[in-house]
Amino acid sequence: MDEMKDVILEYVKQEYLEEDDEYDIDENTPLISGGIVDSFSMVSLKRFLERKYDIQIPDADATPQAFDTVNNIIELVNRFQAK
Amino acid sequence: MMSNIGLHEKELKNFDWSISEQELGYKKGDPINIGWYCSDRICRLGQGSKLALIWEDFKGNNRQFTYDDIRLYSNSFADFFKKSGLNPGDRICIFMDKIPELYISFLGILKMGGIAQPLFSAFGDESLLTRLENAGTSAILTQRKHVSKVRKIRDRLPDLRHIIVVDAPASALKEGETPYDMYSAPRVEEFECYKSNADTPSVLHYTSGTTGQPKGAQHVHYSLISQYLTSKWVLDLQDNDIYWCTADPGWVTGTSYGIIGPWSNGVTQAVLDSGFNAERWYAFIAKHRITVWYSAPTAIRLLMKEGVPAAKKHDLSSLRHLCSVGEPLNAEAVIWSREAYDLPFHDTYWQTETGSIVITNYPGMNIKPGSMGKPFPGITATVVDPEKYAPIDQAGKVGLIALKPGWPSMFRSYWNNREQYESKFKNGWYISGDRASIDQDGYFWFVGRDDDVINAGGHLIGPFEIESALLEHPAVAESAAIGKPDPINMEVVKVFVALKPGHQADDDLELKIMNFIRKRLSPLAMPQEIEFVDSLPKTRSGKIMRRLLRAKEWNEPIGDISTLEND
Repeated sequence: MDEMKDVILEYVKQEYLEEDDEYDIDENTPLISGGIVDSFSMVSLKRFLERKYDIQIPDADATPQAFDTVNNIIELVNRFQAK
Repeated sequence: MMSNIGLHEKELKNFDWSISEQELGYKKGDPINIGWYCSDRICRLGQGSKLALIWEDFKGNNRQFTYDDIRLYSNSFADFFKKSGLNPGDRICIFMDKIPELYISFLGILKMGGIAQPLFSAFGDESLLTRLENAGTSAILTQRKHVSKVRKIRDRLPDLRHIIVVDAPASALKEGETPYDMYSAPRVEEFECYKSNADTPSVLHYTSGTTGQPKGAQHVHYSLISQYLTSKWVLDLQDNDIYWCTADPGWVTGTSYGIIGPWSNGVTQAVLDSGFNAERWYAFIAKHRITVWYSAPTAIRLLMKEGVPAAKKHDLSSLRHLCSVGEPLNAEAVIWSREAYDLPFHDTYWQTETGSIVITNYPGMNIKPGSMGKPFPGITATVVDPEKYAPIDQAGKVGLIALKPGWPSMFRSYWNNREQYESKFKNGWYISGDRASIDQDGYFWFVGRDDDVINAGGHLIGPFEIESALLEHPAVAESAAIGKPDPINMEVVKVFVALKPGHQADDDLELKIMNFIRKRLSPLAMPQEIEFVDSLPKTRSGKIMRRLLRAKEWNEPIGDISTLEND
């Protein structure tokens, strides 16, 4: 679980924060409502998760709410990994 | 409650824009400065202590500003710009999230005679560079979180003399960057506004076309006449309203109806600086007792996804009028909004170039769900055939939406591109580039674009900009960008990519290309699908046939392919 958290957090920091951004994020930081990841960018994040964890997340489940924090994302990935 | 336009029913037949001029106390030949009309004038009318802005962010931080506050803070901005050596006519870019400084500095720029150039804060450095370079921008106002994008490109922008950061101390900035804290800046009680006239440039908004890089649609201070009256008659803004426009001022809706419209009407507006979150949005409406809500089909469809119960959980009874803009509002969304909010969304149609609403469903009008509505009084609109640009009389026949030039907020040029501006006018009409039909009752029905421009969530994206950026990716030999249908955003970007020898098409490369475009241009321009191909269909003269790729994607007739190159 912690490993997944670290991987996703690292990916979000690397891909969605600016290089010299001093804004730090953790697993509870709102990503979508906080404006770090917008609804268009969610698609590349979803694609990353699907590849990394070898899952398929149906569009109906890829809601802004499900992607709003790293914790929510972990829950989503776990749900589809279990299937 | 009687709607504003309802009160004017008798005047509609002989409508004249002087109605708006008179209400604003403007006489032809007088100076007209939007910054003054949106703050000082309201204070002079005795409304200085009325709330102008209720602001909140996703963390729950909030601030409130009266009309007197925005008058004083915008005076301070204007004074600071002047003392910094900026001159009337200089392009001053606003590159910020939806924070109070964005809204207030916009007025400050106009007060000192500058041309406000708002840009969407999610733009990547390449999108920013293109637009600042084209405009020869002298100054940029930004935030600490966005200044790194400016740093990346500043060496390539010789005209950019000032980088002003509104939320960072000097110690956090680099050489050549200036801190400006609106709250602690010297208070300027009286600022003599620049005596702009009706034709003085005011705002520069960039928009995309099929060919070339984005173009700066240049507006003038007289646009206020349209923006004031359409806000009053279409959005139906009234004295006691609490109005929420969800648009970002990086796009034209966010300035015409997220700043100028409500504030020239002396109305209180609320701003939520937050990404989309249905729960958060509904709580915001309930908390601030929002009465008039102007949003976009993409947002409405995301709310639909959350369902009616999510809306019913909140007390949304304060809402009394709903409007939508950006892309056609589908009939299902109008019907759904009646169920969820007991009110229909009213679709409004206009463009960056038109500066204000031109075709619309106004309050009290019988809405035909899915229709764009009818022309606003004072707007002569029709559909014309695409060859001779003559009006089509036959009901239901599709043509190009055309407007008779002369409404107050019509753009006056494309920045540094007079030729392209003039090409938009044919046979005495402004040709919008959108296709529609008109039914027997005079309602307009949107069909689609007449060109290759992609409408992603209400924002126009030029394929050329994406294809140019893709050429800079080391693996890409050539590409073609088109819009593909999307249930939420109407269209999203799809690209067809031919790779250079030695590169392998795989999932990793696809994700890398997606992120490459997202960071360089913007999330909106990021391809949501990439199809790797061996080659692209081209004409014999070597031009990529996007039309062919698009027709296949949309299951439409392919049309004439006689010019297609044979392999």
